[in-house]
Amino acid sequence: MKFGVVVFPGSNCDYDAYTAIRDALRQPVEYLWHADADLKGADCIILPGGFSYGDYLRAGAVARFAPVLEKVVQFARDGGPVLGICNGFQILLEAGLLPGAMLKNSNLRFVHRDVYLACENRDTPFTCGVAEGAVLRMPVSHGEGNYYAPPDVIDMLERTHRVVFRYVTRAGERTVAANPNGSINNIAGICNEAGNVVGLMPHPDRAYEAVLGSTDGLALFESPIKALRGEPCEA
Amino acid sequence: MRYARVTVRYKEGVLDPQGTTIQRALSDLGFSAIESVRTGRTFELALAEGATRETVEKACRALLANPVIETFDIEMPA
Repeated sequence: MKFGVVVFPGSNCDYDAYTAIRDALRQPVEYLWHADADLKGADCIILPGGFSYGDYLRAGAVARFAPVLEKVVQFARDGGPVLGICNGFQILLEAGLLPGAMLKNSNLRFVHRDVYLACENRDTPFTCGVAEGAVLRMPVSHGEGNYYAPPDVIDMLERTHRVVFRYVTRAGERTVAANPNGSINNIAGICNEAGNVVGLMPHPDRAYEAVLGSTDGLALFESPIKALRGEPCEA
Repeated sequence: MRYARVTVRYKEGVLDPQGTTIQRALSDLGFSAIESVRTGRTFELALAEGATRETVEKACRALLANPVIETFDIEMPA
């Protein structure tokens, strides 16, 4: 199987995702250029972090009109696994592949620090390999990660277990201090109804090697490999 | 050249920390009579022949405003 990492003008975490897959997991991976409506046969799509189109108008607002996104949307509608990291999550929201929107961090600061995440849905192709009850540590780096959706949508997401990642303390408790940006209900990542599209603000692409401080992000890239091979996908 | 003006604002109930910060700064400057501030954006659209209010509305829904968190007002030229 092959991964595809989409590159927009202004993406800056494409290389991180690419090396996590190529070097840490030694899996085939290709860049997918924004202007080419071509997924090059990729079996799993990553929308990386960064500042695509300079975050002009709203973060992720312009990326959804890139030729490659049309193919990504179709791929997602057909059930293909798509992971949006940080700006990638913002793009998935603007493209309507995930519900809700991002606001500026409530403290108006660009936050760059490690967070702890509870993984509350291990039924997606990106989380099936995460150990039950695990608290994952990885960095966030964003100015607009304050997840918002109207109350009925938040209710629905919670009821249907579509909140995939939540900011917690190292001990796994949901507290205000654990929330780096003011997101409603400490939501750090969600999935679509079918579970094949996942978006999260934290960076698993910066937590894939011990020298980076944590390898907790690796499971998010390993899981789709197992899932697509039809292998039992467990931690 | 005819211009339409679009104002995009946050919906009621959406947190606007920039607005809050600006109100506090104004208050520090002595403007205690300004009790709250909500921020928004304006767009000035130069319209060619044939562009109608509907054109502008569609542009708002398609791109200029994020319907999850924003509403818009349109002022068409006289």
